[in-house]
Amino acid sequence: MAMKDVPDNIFMTTLDAAASWARSNSLWPMPFATACCGIELMATASSRFDLARFGAEVMRFSPRQCDLMIVAGRVAMKMLPVLQRIWQQMPEPKWCISMGACACTGGVFDTYAVVQGVDRFIPVDLYVPGCPPRPEQLMAGIIALQDKIKHGGTLNGTEFARRDHSTGPVPFDKDELIRIREANEQLVSLN
Amino acid sequence: MSTEEVLKSKFPEDGLTFSEFRDNRRVVVPAAKLIPILSLLKSDLGFDMLAELTAVDYLEYEGATDRFGVIYVLLNNQTGERLVLKTFINDPSPTLPSVYSLWKSADWLEREVFDMFGITFTGHPDLRRILTPDEFTAHPLRKDYPLKGRGERHNFPIVVRSDG
Repeated sequence: MAMKDVPDNIFMTTLDAAASWARSNSLWPMPFATACCGIELMATASSRFDLARFGAEVMRFSPRQCDLMIVAGRVAMKMLPVLQRIWQQMPEPKWCISMGACACTGGVFDTYAVVQGVDRFIPVDLYVPGCPPRPEQLMAGIIALQDKIKHGGTLNGTEFARRDHSTGPVPFDKDELIRIREANEQLVSLN
Repeated sequence: MSTEEVLKSKFPEDGLTFSEFRDNRRVVVPAAKLIPILSLLKSDLGFDMLAELTAVDYLEYEGATDRFGVIYVLLNNQTGERLVLKTFINDPSPTLPSVYSLWKSADWLEREVFDMFGITFTGHPDLRRILTPDEFTAHPLRKDYPLKGRGERHNFPIVVRSDG
């Protein structure tokens, strides 16, 4: 069939690009909202900001029905195994947004109980900074992620299988190790 | 007779010290007499509610002679009267008798004090950690525990993308 015979309402593309286009415009977020960022996330989904304009309004509270995890808020040490479990329960293909200062770095909560950035333990595709970020910022993040999905996606998700090493900071950085050693020495001297 | 007078007449030898600060009436009691005094407060003086049970670590505190202070805030629901009762205990193995048999609200409050300060309450029906994970070993509100912990917050497996 020659190109001149193709009607106007038919266009040619690759299967990968068509699948990525479809996926990027119907993201189903899993709202992992643990703090004030969760309130902004709810505002983003509601009528004033209306996340439905970008095809991502269907918040599902079951990880089995989601393909976009939005970690909104600080993650406590006790919550992290839950976060990892939920992430692993989500079906492929899936993406992760780390929303707000606490989810990205621990924020002001630099204490024993708060994980200093979820990217140390789960893969994060996109960071949205802010404390908390405005709904516009989150929507900008989702649009950027849609762009990423459209340009990097394959039908069978082979690009995910290649990401077999952690891209976040190492959980124990050098300062942390020095500090732990000092704390232990202090403990020995006190006892 | 006021609460203070009753306590003084029933426990004259125990050196109970009373004080008042902004309408809060406080009494310091010896740990050995804790249960008799609390029982009396509940049965005879009508303090039917244990509103609060908490502790303070006085390590490196100026002028402190004891390591831990444990504080019981009692409320009389008939008269609205409140009483703050305080007792001191020390290392090693700080231990107090549980007041679960007097007030059921002591259940979780004592578990929290145990979790955060490592103070054991003998006679408690289920003295487990309540806030930190079960495998946690330290007691975080002790002053010799570093604010940023001893690496517990980083002690997790790393999930990479290809793990699915």
